[in-house]
Amino acid sequence: MIIASVAAGFGAALIAPVVTRWLRHRAGWLLGTLPAALALYFASLIPQAAGGSATTARLTWVEDLGLSLSLRADSLSLLMALLISGIGALVVVYAGGYLKGHPALGALYAWILAFMASMLGVVLADNLLVLFVFWELTSITSFILIGFHHDNEQARAAALQALLVTAGGGLALLPGLVLLGMAGGTFELSELNLQAARIQSSPLFGPALALVLIGAFTKSAQFPFHFWLPNAMAAPTPVSAYLHSATMVKAGVYLLARLSPALAGGPAWAFSVGGIGAATMLLGGAMALAQTDLKRLLAYSTISALGLLTLLIGIGTPHALEAAMVLLLAHALYKGALFLVAGAVEHETGTRQAPLLGGLARAMPWTAAAAGLAMLSMAGLPPLLGFISKELVYESAFELGWPLAVTIALTLAFSVCVSGVVGLVPFWGRPKPLERHPHEAPPSMTFGPLLLGGLSLVFGLAPGLIDGRLAGPAAAAALGAPVALKLSLWHGLTPALGLSAATLVLGLGLLVFIRLMRTRLHAALRPWGSERVYQAGLTALNLAARGLTQLLQSGYHRRYLTIIVLTTVAAGTFTLMRSGAFNWPAADSPPGYYELGVALLIVAAAVMAVTTSSRLGAVAAMGAAGYGVALIYLIFGAPDLAMTQFLIESLTVILFVLAFHHLPPFARLTTVSERAGDAALALAAGAMMTALVLSAVGVQLYPSISPYYVQAAESLAHARNIVNAILVDFRGIDTLGEICVLAISALGVFALLKMPRRKAEGAPTPEADPQAETGR
Amino acid sequence: MTSFILTTTARLLMPLLFMFSLFLYARGHNEPGGGFVAGLVAGAAWVLYALATDAAQARRALRVQPQSLIGWGLLAALTSGLIGLVLGYPFLTGQWIRLDLPGFGAFELGTPLLFDLGVYLTVLGVTTTIVFALAEE
Repeated sequence: MIIASVAAGFGAALIAPVVTRWLRHRAGWLLGTLPAALALYFASLIPQAAGGSATTARLTWVEDLGLSLSLRADSLSLLMALLISGIGALVVVYAGGYLKGHPALGALYAWILAFMASMLGVVLADNLLVLFVFWELTSITSFILIGFHHDNEQARAAALQALLVTAGGGLALLPGLVLLGMAGGTFELSELNLQAARIQSSPLFGPALALVLIGAFTKSAQFPFHFWLPNAMAAPTPVSAYLHSATMVKAGVYLLARLSPALAGGPAWAFSVGGIGAATMLLGGAMALAQTDLKRLLAYSTISALGLLTLLIGIGTPHALEAAMVLLLAHALYKGALFLVAGAVEHETGTRQAPLLGGLARAMPWTAAAAGLAMLSMAGLPPLLGFISKELVYESAFELGWPLAVTIALTLAFSVCVSGVVGLVPFWGRPKPLERHPHEAPPSMTFGPLLLGGLSLVFGLAPGLIDGRLAGPAAAAALGAPVALKLSLWHGLTPALGLSAATLVLGLGLLVFIRLMRTRLHAALRPWGSERVYQAGLTALNLAARGLTQLLQSGYHRRYLTIIVLTTVAAGTFTLMRSGAFNWPAADSPPGYYELGVALLIVAAAVMAVTTSSRLGAVAAMGAAGYGVALIYLIFGAPDLAMTQFLIESLTVILFVLAFHHLPPFARLTTVSERAGDAALALAAGAMMTALVLSAVGVQLYPSISPYYVQAAESLAHARNIVNAILVDFRGIDTLGEICVLAISALGVFALLKMPRRKAEGAPTPEADPQAETGR
Repeated sequence: MTSFILTTTARLLMPLLFMFSLFLYARGHNEPGGGFVAGLVAGAAWVLYALATDAAQARRALRVQPQSLIGWGLLAALTSGLIGLVLGYPFLTGQWIRLDLPGFGAFELGTPLLFDLGVYLTVLGVTTTIVFALAEE
C-alpha cells in the first residue's frame, strides 16, 4: 500500500497529459484528487506512527547486493509526506488557473506529479540508496520544472544552475551515504540510527559527515550554495510554491533530521550544521530585505527559514528539535500560501514588483484574506501557528544563552518585515495605477492559499491537533528518543514572549524604512552572493574542456596515432621500469631453424613495409609479416588462431588495395627529421611491447584457467574444441560484445563511405577514416 | 578490368569456398574452425567474387543486404542467450538437446551452435558491408 502510494504519482504523471488534453485547465481538479487521497491515506497512518510503530513495506530489488526497496512511514516521514501530498493537491489545482490555456499545461502536470512521487520516495525511503535514487529524481524533475518556460534563456540558465548545484551535491551525497552505510554496517536507515556509537567512532565518520552535509546543504540552499534558489524563481509560481518553499528544499533539512540520531552528538555536527545554518539564516534574511520582486523576496526569506531549521537541528536538543518540527510545518503552510498569493497577484496585475503594488484588497478580497492569514503566521502573531513555532524557537535558543536568542530574533525581525512587504503592503493603502485592472483570481487560485492560511489559524487555535500526534513524535524520530510535546498559545510572561514583542516592533520599524534601506543593503550584500564563484567555475570548466578538446581532438589521424602510441609507450615503460617487472624469461629450448626463418621473414617484411615507396608493396609486405605471425601460431599448435590470422591478413590487404583507388599519387610530404622522429617512436613502441611480452611469459599472477577449460569443455560445453567452447560458451558474453563492436564499426564505415561528401575547401576533413575523405 | 581467368576461377571457387565455410562452422565445436573463421571464409568468397566481377553484381548475387546479415547475426546470438534466460538460467547459459537420428547416430543440438551461427552471419555481414561499400566507390 505504501509502495503503491509512491508509485501512484508516477502513474498519474503518465496519464496527466492525456487527462489535460481532455479537460484542459479544469484537469487540475481531477488530477488533484490523487494527491488529496494520498494525503488522507498518510493522515490515516498518523495514530499508528505516533504510537511508535511505523508502517513499513519491503520489495526485493537487487537480491545479490542485499538491496531492497524498503519504505518506512514514521512520524517524521509522515509529516513531510503530508506536506508533499497536501500542498501537492493544492498546487495542482492552482496550476490549472495560473497557466490556463498554456499549451504545455499537461507536461507541467506530468512533471509536478512525477516530482511529488519522487519526493514521497525521498521521505519514505528506509534505505540509504533508495533515498538517494529518489533524491536525484527530485533534482531532475526540479531541473525540468524550473526550465518550464524553456524558450526563455534566463529560465534555462536558472534550471541548469539548480541542477549543477543540487546534482553536484548529489555527487557528494552518494559517497557520503555509502561511507555511512559502511561505517554503520547497514544501509537501512531504521537500523543505522541505532548504531550511533559505532558510526561516530569509525574512521569513516568524518568524510561521511562532510559529504552528507554537502549533499543536504546544496539541496536546502544553505550558504554558500544558496544562490540557486532565488534564480529558480524563473519557474512558474505553482512550482516555486511547491518545490522551492514547501517540499524539495526541505529535503536537505529532512535528511539532517532523519540522520541526526546517527550523526549528531559531537562537536563536528553541532558546529558545522549549526554554524552553516546560522550564517544562512542571517544572510538570507538580510538579502530578502533588499529585494523588490515578490518571488525573489520570498525565496531569500525561504533560505533564511531553511537556515533557521538547519540551526535548530544542529543544536539538537529535544526542545530545538520540537521547535524545528513545528516550524517546518508552520513555514510550509505560510510560505506556500504566500507564494501562491504572489502568483495570484502577478496573474491579475501583471507585475511582481512590490513597490508598484497597493490597495488590492478591494479588488481581490479572498486573496487578501489568505495573504493576511499567512502573513500573520509568518510574522509570528497569535493566534496563528507561526506564533507557537516562534515561541518554541526562542525557548530552545534561551537554553543556549541569550546571544543566540537575540541573533534569531534579529532574523525573525527581517522575516516580520518580509511578511509585511508581501502580505500587507500590496493589499492595503491607496490603490496604485496598474496597466491591468485587477479583479479576484479564479477559485482554483484562491482555494489553495485560503486553505493553507486557514490551517495556520486552526493549528494555532487548536495546537492539540498536532503536538502529541505529529510534531512531537516527529521530533522524537529526529532525536532518537521519546519527547513529550504539549503546545499551547499562552505560555505565561516568559522571556520568549518579551523577545517576540521586541521582534515585532523591530520588524515593523524595518518595514517603515524599507525603501531607504533597499539599495544600500543590495550593494552591501552583493559580494556575499557567491554566485560569482559559480559563474567563474563554470567559465573555467568550459575553457578547460575546450582546451583539452583542441589538444586531443585535432582531427588528424596521424596525431591521434602519435598520442595513443606515445601514451602507451610512456605508461608501459614507466610501469616496467618502476616495478622491476621486466625479467628475461628462461629459455627452455633454443629456437629451431624454421622458427628463426619465420622470424627473419617477419623482420624483412617489416623493413620493406616502411622503406618502400610503393603503396602496394608496403601493404603486401605488411601482409607477409602477418602471414609470418600466423606461421608461428601454427608452429606452436594453435590452428584456429593461425587460420583466422591468415584470413584477416588477406582481407586486410584487399581492403587496402580497394582503398588505394581513391588515394592521390604517393608523395613524401615529411622531412627527414620528422621521419626520424616517427621511426624513433615506432622503435620505442616495438621495444616496449617486446619487453612486455617477454616479461609476461614469466609472470603468472593467478593459477592458469586452461586446465579448467580443458576439463570442463566436454562436460559443460559439449565441445572438444576448447577455443571454440571459450568463444561461444564460457566467454560468450565477451564474444557478443565483440560482434556488436564489429557490427557498429561496419555500419560506421558504411556511413562514412556513403554519406554525401562535404565540399572541402582547405578545411581539414576528418581523417579518422582515410578512405572517407579522399574519394574522387 | 575484368580478367577472364579470375572470373572463371572465382565462379568455380565460390561454391567450394562456401561449402568450406559451412564445413568449418559445423565442425567448429569439436575441431579447429568455428563461426568466426567460417564467416571470414564466406566473406572472402564474396570478396573474391566482387573483385572478379564488380561490386554491383556481387551485391545482386548475394540477394540480401549485407547490413541485414549483421542484424540477423546479432539477433541469432542474442536469441541463443535469451533461450537460457527464459528457461530460468543466467543469460547465455548453454542449453542442449540430444537427437537420435536413425542412420546418423546421436546428434547434439545446443544454443551455442545458434550463437556461433550469429557470429558467422555477423562476420559475413561486416566483411561484405565494408568491401562492397569500398569497391563501389
